[in-house]
Amino acid sequence: MNLMEPCCDKCHNTLANPCKDYIACRTEGPLCHESAECKAKLAEARDKLINGNHDLVIRIGMSTCGLASGSQEVYNALKKELDLRHIDADLMRVGCMGHCYAEPLVEISKRNSTSVLYGQVKAAAVPKMIEAYLNGDAQGVMAVRARKGTLKGEEGVPIFEELPFNKGQYRDVMVNCGVINPDSIEDYIAHGGYRAVTKVLTQMKPEEVIATVKASGLRGRGGAGFPTGLKWDFCRAAKGDLKYMVCNADEGDPGAFMNRLAAEGDPHRILEGLIIAAYAIGATHGYIFVRAEKLQMARRFMTAVDAAQRYGLLGDNILDSGFNFDVEVMLSAGAFVCGEETAMISAIEGNRAMPRPRPPYPATSGLMGKPTTINNVETLAHIATIILDKEYFTKVGTERSKGTKVFCLAGKVTRTGAAEVPLGTTIRQLIFDIGGGVANGKKFKAVQTGGPSGGCLSEKFLDLPLDYESLQSAGSIMGSGGIIVLDEDTCIVDTAKYFLNFTTAESCGKCTPCRIGLKRIHETLTRITQGRGTVEDLDQLKSLGASIGNTALCALGQGAPNPTLTTMNYFRDEYLAHIQEKRCPAHVCADLIAYKVEPSLCIGCGLCYRNCPIDAIRFEEVFDEQTKEVAKKPVIDSEKCVRCGSCFAICPKHAIIRE
Amino acid sequence: MVKLTIDGITVEVPAGSTVLEAARKANIRIPTLCSYEGISSIGACRLCVVEVERMRNLPTSCTLPVSEGMVVRTNTPQVRDARRTVLQLILSEHPADCQTCSKNQRCELQRLAYELGVREVPFKRTPLNKTIHNESPYVTRDLNYCVLCGRCVRVCSEIQSVNAIDYAFRGYNSEVNAPYDDDLATTKCVSCGQCVLACPVGALSERSHIQGVWNDLASNKLTIVQSAPAVRAAIGEEFGMKAGELTVGKLLASLRRLGFKKVFDTNFGADLTIIEEGHEFLERAKKGDLPMFTSCCPGWISFAELFYPQILPRISSCKSPHQMLGALAKSYYAEKVGVDRKDVSVTSIMPCVAKKQETDRPQLSVNGIKDVDHVLTTRELAQMIKEAGIDFNSLPDEEPDDPLGLYTGAAAIFGASGGVMEAALRTVYEVVTGEELKNMDFVGVRGLEGVKEASVEILGNTYNVAVTSGLGNARKLIEDVLSGRKSYHFIEVMACPGGCIGGGGQPILNEKSDRLQRLEERAKSLYALDKDLPFRKSHKNPAIIALYKEYLGEPLSHRAHEILHTTYQPRLSCVPLLASR
Repeated sequence: MNLMEPCCDKCHNTLANPCKDYIACRTEGPLCHESAECKAKLAEARDKLINGNHDLVIRIGMSTCGLASGSQEVYNALKKELDLRHIDADLMRVGCMGHCYAEPLVEISKRNSTSVLYGQVKAAAVPKMIEAYLNGDAQGVMAVRARKGTLKGEEGVPIFEELPFNKGQYRDVMVNCGVINPDSIEDYIAHGGYRAVTKVLTQMKPEEVIATVKASGLRGRGGAGFPTGLKWDFCRAAKGDLKYMVCNADEGDPGAFMNRLAAEGDPHRILEGLIIAAYAIGATHGYIFVRAEKLQMARRFMTAVDAAQRYGLLGDNILDSGFNFDVEVMLSAGAFVCGEETAMISAIEGNRAMPRPRPPYPATSGLMGKPTTINNVETLAHIATIILDKEYFTKVGTERSKGTKVFCLAGKVTRTGAAEVPLGTTIRQLIFDIGGGVANGKKFKAVQTGGPSGGCLSEKFLDLPLDYESLQSAGSIMGSGGIIVLDEDTCIVDTAKYFLNFTTAESCGKCTPCRIGLKRIHETLTRITQGRGTVEDLDQLKSLGASIGNTALCALGQGAPNPTLTTMNYFRDEYLAHIQEKRCPAHVCADLIAYKVEPSLCIGCGLCYRNCPIDAIRFEEVFDEQTKEVAKKPVIDSEKCVRCGSCFAICPKHAIIRE
Repeated sequence: MVKLTIDGITVEVPAGSTVLEAARKANIRIPTLCSYEGISSIGACRLCVVEVERMRNLPTSCTLPVSEGMVVRTNTPQVRDARRTVLQLILSEHPADCQTCSKNQRCELQRLAYELGVREVPFKRTPLNKTIHNESPYVTRDLNYCVLCGRCVRVCSEIQSVNAIDYAFRGYNSEVNAPYDDDLATTKCVSCGQCVLACPVGALSERSHIQGVWNDLASNKLTIVQSAPAVRAAIGEEFGMKAGELTVGKLLASLRRLGFKKVFDTNFGADLTIIEEGHEFLERAKKGDLPMFTSCCPGWISFAELFYPQILPRISSCKSPHQMLGALAKSYYAEKVGVDRKDVSVTSIMPCVAKKQETDRPQLSVNGIKDVDHVLTTRELAQMIKEAGIDFNSLPDEEPDDPLGLYTGAAAIFGASGGVMEAALRTVYEVVTGEELKNMDFVGVRGLEGVKEASVEILGNTYNVAVTSGLGNARKLIEDVLSGRKSYHFIEVMACPGGCIGGGGQPILNEKSDRLQRLEERAKSLYALDKDLPFRKSHKNPAIIALYKEYLGEPLSHRAHEILHTTYQPRLSCVPLLASR
């Protein structure tokens, strides 16, 4: 039977007449009557959800990251292989465990056997992988869940939890990601879901919920780090016949994907947090504002809302508590400025996403002028745990930054992915221990935290603990938790220019400092990368940046000069090299580098000639000083050359010199 | 009341006031660009930033509500620096060609740059290279000058409820535009020109008819000019006179100096309108075909044609006063002096941009010859007077020409919201009762409020009348009428807040004076003029009486209908446009 079905005709739960014990009954029940048969039925349904319908369960990471690495093909190949071998198995599409670098990730588990994980699985390799697994061979296995001795050679395979990427992680938001079927509310409930909603609606007053969240020390995970309990308190206290509860799922930072990952892997956890928040503030209507381009995330939310409505977890009189709350999934047109809550409110109202000055704060006058609370996906994902087991949440973190945070490792890092670690973990631990350091053995140069409004921190900040205050003191911000690693081949001015290009385009255009000021900064940075900058430019950037930070209307504008200001602060020499020596030390800025052929090293193979995309290389007769001979050698026409570096990269003899 | 300190001065203001309002009360000037009377504050330009104790960054005073004990500083090095930087940023993309700009010496940006001591722009000046939108025959939009203060957008939506323009594109590419980057004339724009009035810089201006007028003045045409009631109470401001200074005689003299052969007065047309409209009202009242809406305002006519086609049959079929006069000038007067219609050129001096559009209506042409050839705004006329080297302030007072120049006090007050209603009531009362109206001041319909109501008893019948100005107010009123919440017999609608005295073609002055105060002064002048005139009821105007006797016959006669009445047509805005794409 389906876990949510009535066990027998004694069950009186219906949508019109809900039972307050509905969820508890599914996990411990039946509660209203004694029946061994019903108990067994429910237990069996739960067991099937947790351990699978079949002996063999195969989980495939099919979040956006998985799909992008080809997990759909792997899924098809697995299905075909199982059909060929006439094997009955559960083939489960699950979310991402955060190991994006290892996608497509496949986990095969079997009762009483060693569960194994395969990383970077290719569709073509699936038959071989299944063959080996069925033969009890640990060949090709990335990690095992626990060694149970059923596989040949499993002793040499690392335990999953002990993988360097997992070390130091502490999972709350992502605990179900990659484990449960995100489209199944039953699966979530079998794994303990909606118990927090039950507890809140049946045993707690809204004030108690707020007090619990306040006591947990949870702070907004969307960027500013405002205490969540306090935010709820303001909204609860605000007068209004109607209140709104909004989930911000409009993640838009380059290099940040923790919200997408959490929503794609475990959407009901977020929905549960949203229901609890609504109950706490007294909202009856809710919105999940999600980017239309993050299709899978939006679909998961829609499926989750549908399911919750079907079982009476959304709608009127939820769990017979008298509390009414319904949610609409709203697709956003995709504007970074929607991270600013007043802009998002404007967008939900159907207007152009433009922030307005605060006060009034949304807590008193938000959506349609009604009291509104907006919480980030990750903030809401913590709520259920805080309600059920506050200790688990408060055990980790620092004095002022409690709990865990999902950080996204991107850029030039060996292992890209999302890692949930206690706040206060150092940048070094995150990048080097978990992320495996800089990719391809290159030297670490800097790390951009907090997205385009954050700052670029140099090596001396590697031991900085990741918490709200420490990052701020270094001139950066927590933001949504994006960690973009830059290596020695990255030009710092070019990086600042990249972020300014982003914010210039994403500015809503309303206020002068952001709309025009950022453009002027971008122009100046462009001049510097072209070798046309002056030392006075640096002074002007500094004062203009500070002025924008002081006068811009919203956080987008106020934070946008940060990448420029921090890079100028921590990498002044590199700026000066561009300005005074007309040199780009990282050899990135096209106007400041040149390629030429060293004839004595050149063997005349012609690879550079054939690979030049714009025919800037021709063969000419060149007199070789060493051999005293005239030979045909390639020559690069520096007028034509676009400095793409193709020749430099392809030359087998390193005869192309970059200067 | 909330008490706060601004620059050491203690100010007490009502709760809910902004810091900017409090500062003004303390006579502290804070520079602003995006704030404008009558619309919401959005904090876009960031020029009005101030320092507030215990607040991070610099908040905008236009949006910051006052709170008890607040300590505000408006003149600190940080604040001055921030303001200057903001202004320099705006100037870094603003064309530096003040001399040839349409808002030269009327530009708020120019004045602010002077006042804030900005003598250089440290940033590389980067022109915007935007298209100049010249497609609309009534309003020119040069987005190169636009500072994105959004005043036009808010005026169009919040005051006029038209929403013809809004922001388009993102970030640095943001601009104020019509839907689909299209011509304003194909949108819901009613050409009221309130956006032009609100624009602090040279981005919005009316399409100039000046050259056409110069050309006609230099030709052999019989050049006839007329000026609207509201112009005489405002044009003096263009020449440094105080707000609302009446310049009736100087205005007429200046028109003669410019070379117009005949100087008539739109007020004559206004008197004529009252006769026709008053009788039309009585006709309709007999048939029960009420309420009747006035038809003097072309912005309102466009609004009705675009948004409320169902009420078009209820709008008086009378042409607007200057169109009546134009039509008479090219028929009655032309015949009288023996000049062919095509050799007559009629120029109207109007406080209005929509009148430029009105003259293009096909219904207002005879055999392809428009009744009114040119419409000059008050601003354009002032420009021509200056160009012609006429010293307006020292002109003698002159009188209008006969026969289309004599007018009554009823016509004089047409320029203020409620004036048409009051004038009509004076005539309707006497026509119906045959008795003399003793107290002819219907003060209930006067003033700047958005909607005014009054009840008038005539021979035992009570007539409920309503007067509204500003299209947002008009929309609310119409919705009330259509839904049956309100019921009236006669409704006056003017598109611009306050009526023609606040028209889109009126003077734009870059001084920061109280705009509403200015409108009140203008209205006061018109009512004073009314009191001073020998005749105060349209039907007592001897020239009008003579005209009917000599040419038109009776009010609403066949000939009167032919010359003085018109028709309306429902209009679609973007709908066909969308279908074609």
